[in-house]
Amino acid sequence: MMGFAPAQYYFDLFLYKGDAIDRKNMALLEFRKEGIYCPAADIYIDPWRRVKRALITHGHADHSRWGHQYYLSTTSAMPVIKYRLGDIRIETVAYGEKKYINGVQFSFHPAGHILGSAQIRVEHKGEVWVVSGDYKIEEDGFAEAYEAVKCHSFITECTFGLPIYKWKPQQEVFQAINQWWQQNKSEGKVSVLSGYSLGKAQRIIQNLDTSIGKIYTHGAVENVNEVIRQQGVRLQETTRVTAAIHKKDFIGHIVVCPPSAMGSPWIKKFKPVSLGVASGWMMLRGARRRRAADRGFVLSDHVDWPGLNQAIKATEAERIFVTHGYTDIFKRWLIEEGYEAEVVETEYEGELSEITDSKEEKAEE
Amino acid sequence: MKRFAQLFTQLDQTTKINTKVNALAHYFQDADDKDRLWTVAILSHRRPKRTVTTTLLRHWAAEYGNIPLWLFEESYHVVGDLAETIALSLPPKESEQDQSLSYWIDFIKSLGALEEEEKQEKVLWAWRQLDDAERFIFNKLITGGFRIGVSQKLMVRALAKYTGMEENILAHRLMGDWTPDTTTFQDLIITADPSDDLSKPYPFYLAYALEGEAQDLGMPEAWQAERKWDGIRGQLIVRNGELFVWSRGEELVTDKFPEYKVLAERLPNGTVIDGEILPFKDGQPLTFNLLQTRIGRKNVTKAVMSKAPVVLMAYDLLEWAGEDIRQKPMAERRKLLEYAVADCHHEVLMLSPIVPFSTWEVLAQERAKSRELHSEGIMLKRKDSDYKAGRKKGDWWKWKIDPLTIDAVMIYAQRGHGRRANLYTDFTFAVWDGELLVPFTKAYSGLTDKEFGAITAWVKKNTVERFGPVRSVTPHHVFEIAFEGINLSKRHKSGVALRFPRISRWRKDKPKEEANTLDDLKSLL
Repeated sequence: MMGFAPAQYYFDLFLYKGDAIDRKNMALLEFRKEGIYCPAADIYIDPWRRVKRALITHGHADHSRWGHQYYLSTTSAMPVIKYRLGDIRIETVAYGEKKYINGVQFSFHPAGHILGSAQIRVEHKGEVWVVSGDYKIEEDGFAEAYEAVKCHSFITECTFGLPIYKWKPQQEVFQAINQWWQQNKSEGKVSVLSGYSLGKAQRIIQNLDTSIGKIYTHGAVENVNEVIRQQGVRLQETTRVTAAIHKKDFIGHIVVCPPSAMGSPWIKKFKPVSLGVASGWMMLRGARRRRAADRGFVLSDHVDWPGLNQAIKATEAERIFVTHGYTDIFKRWLIEEGYEAEVVETEYEGELSEITDSKEEKAEE
Repeated sequence: MKRFAQLFTQLDQTTKINTKVNALAHYFQDADDKDRLWTVAILSHRRPKRTVTTTLLRHWAAEYGNIPLWLFEESYHVVGDLAETIALSLPPKESEQDQSLSYWIDFIKSLGALEEEEKQEKVLWAWRQLDDAERFIFNKLITGGFRIGVSQKLMVRALAKYTGMEENILAHRLMGDWTPDTTTFQDLIITADPSDDLSKPYPFYLAYALEGEAQDLGMPEAWQAERKWDGIRGQLIVRNGELFVWSRGEELVTDKFPEYKVLAERLPNGTVIDGEILPFKDGQPLTFNLLQTRIGRKNVTKAVMSKAPVVLMAYDLLEWAGEDIRQKPMAERRKLLEYAVADCHHEVLMLSPIVPFSTWEVLAQERAKSRELHSEGIMLKRKDSDYKAGRKKGDWWKWKIDPLTIDAVMIYAQRGHGRRANLYTDFTFAVWDGELLVPFTKAYSGLTDKEFGAITAWVKKNTVERFGPVRSVTPHHVFEIAFEGINLSKRHKSGVALRFPRISRWRKDKPKEEANTLDDLKSLL
């Protein structure tokens, strides 16, 4: 297996000139079966099929896939991407840093989704496009805070693009979570709270009131925690759940695990238990009841309806491309609001992995 | 309504029966008599009359929520519940209040007499001061169908806990034709004498489906077997020369079945018979579909009666000579029932025949004849059992015949409601007619949540066309559809209509080409 060369080496690879094709009349970004493509730079953004060069918005599996020859991400997103994808060639940039590839200017801007997540700004001959990746407007005190980036064309997710999705300030949500934990403790129960192991889990951990008790973590969560701590990010103290810990030791404390662990035999070691789920889908009573969890907390790392509209407005873009979520509905809404809007079929899942079981999360158990 | 909203949240947040019972019992303790009675009424499916149409509510909610109506409708398809969609679409509340549950119910009732504009003004006034949970409840009260994961049985348990009274006595008192406007909590529940109300039925004893093998039930001699007839379970009451007929859904249906009128004179006063309202002609039962043509009608005409005449197939005797005999053993009640039916001597009252059997094998053979006898299977009742209230295990079992099945291709999908909101769970299935796929049934239930999750992801990626909330999908997946019966139908493209269709399994092993044909389906007729 090939070892790692210094980053500088790969930098040059990003200067690759591309094939000599007539690029007049070509859109700055286009949508190919491999993913979002920039023909002028011959580079893909978050491609879902194997390509030569990929710019990665963040480390979630549906955006950061295995098998590309070269990767480029933000400095703070890189460790997790490398941890998840293994031996890849990856180069990093700081937020706001300009990178020229084949004369096209690329820069990464905070998306507020998870640690290191970015929107990617592409500029060429005065035309500016932004690919949102996944994003969230509200500051959560952990992910780098979202920044509005002006552009002509905006490619946005719309996971929660319906007016029924309106998040409460996270302070209120965590107050409810901590109260629930306190209540469980007083009833002699273990609290088990599920959230995606990369991003949601750390956001939860960072906002738990540790005066109530200890935070235990599922292996999939703790592995990510370790990577994040190693990159110098401070995270509240957590303890990995292992077979060596006695059942009684969990009573009164909280366990943070990925959604896929909820239905698995692993969960049986916590008894008596109260199960909680933290997800945007918990907005709907049907989803809450379906979960067979005791409590559903509405907590998402994606923008809600007001946020989505606010973000789009802030870009000052006239053309909006909508991806994953309620795309058809949201497109119609945008058109009625006076935008030029189109649906782009992608293979991004948004928060879908929280309602269906993610294979990747399982593999990490 | 804050206390009721708190109760609702507590009930909604748990799946554990005991936690629900406790929450409800605590609520009964805290509430006043009026709210208590309304809570009992709502949880036994008695709701205030609808005073505002849902169309108006949709318009007002979209307007107040500042979104176009079509977007509200799209949201509704995702949420799967109108009351919830409205609650989620409104802006935050503007002021505070804490009126009682009864206050808001009276408020809703008072809307009936108002003009449309006044209704709108009042509903908006309410929305402006209710919080999220209260809005949802308020909307539910207006739109009806208040399902909050609490069965009547569970409610009775909580009421028993609160009052210290016995569950079966409470269940009996809650039966019948009352509303919170006609009685009080004290009169109905605490001091009531059921005989005050001539029409009051007894709670139905309901059987569970037999689990495991029939021979595990022990000695055949201990059991009485009857056919399970496919009509509407009902209770026929004759008291003081008056006749009352109740359906199992606790609806008074006396007027729908004039055939029974004659029984008011032929049965002695103080008689209550449990039986099946069964369409029956020329010595044999007719299909359930015919009965459905009668239930929906306001006026039961001569033509309808001659097309779908009914009998009462008597199963059990609950009251005799004015005495509640539910505690007597089954065998003894059966003797009295046989006597009562013979003494009545009228063709409209039939005795559900006992199926004699000496061994379980013999009974299994009898069960195999069910379909040709137009019955759904065998009912097993322990000879020494009393007549219990509600669904109870142990003494009564239904041993239904295996359903008919067919392998069909899924061609349309629609999102579900309630706990299946936002998942594609409602499918239309087709069978082959030559090269064509002909839709023949819809089915909703039968898959696990996990399977529905997988199918939802697949539907999203394989949508061909959208028609409002319905998506046509690439024909690919084959499912085994189980159903209880099949009939010719002019209203359906396929020419057949199924009874109780549901998905029995996902045939991942079968390519779509190997699904059944329309001829296969029709051969089951």
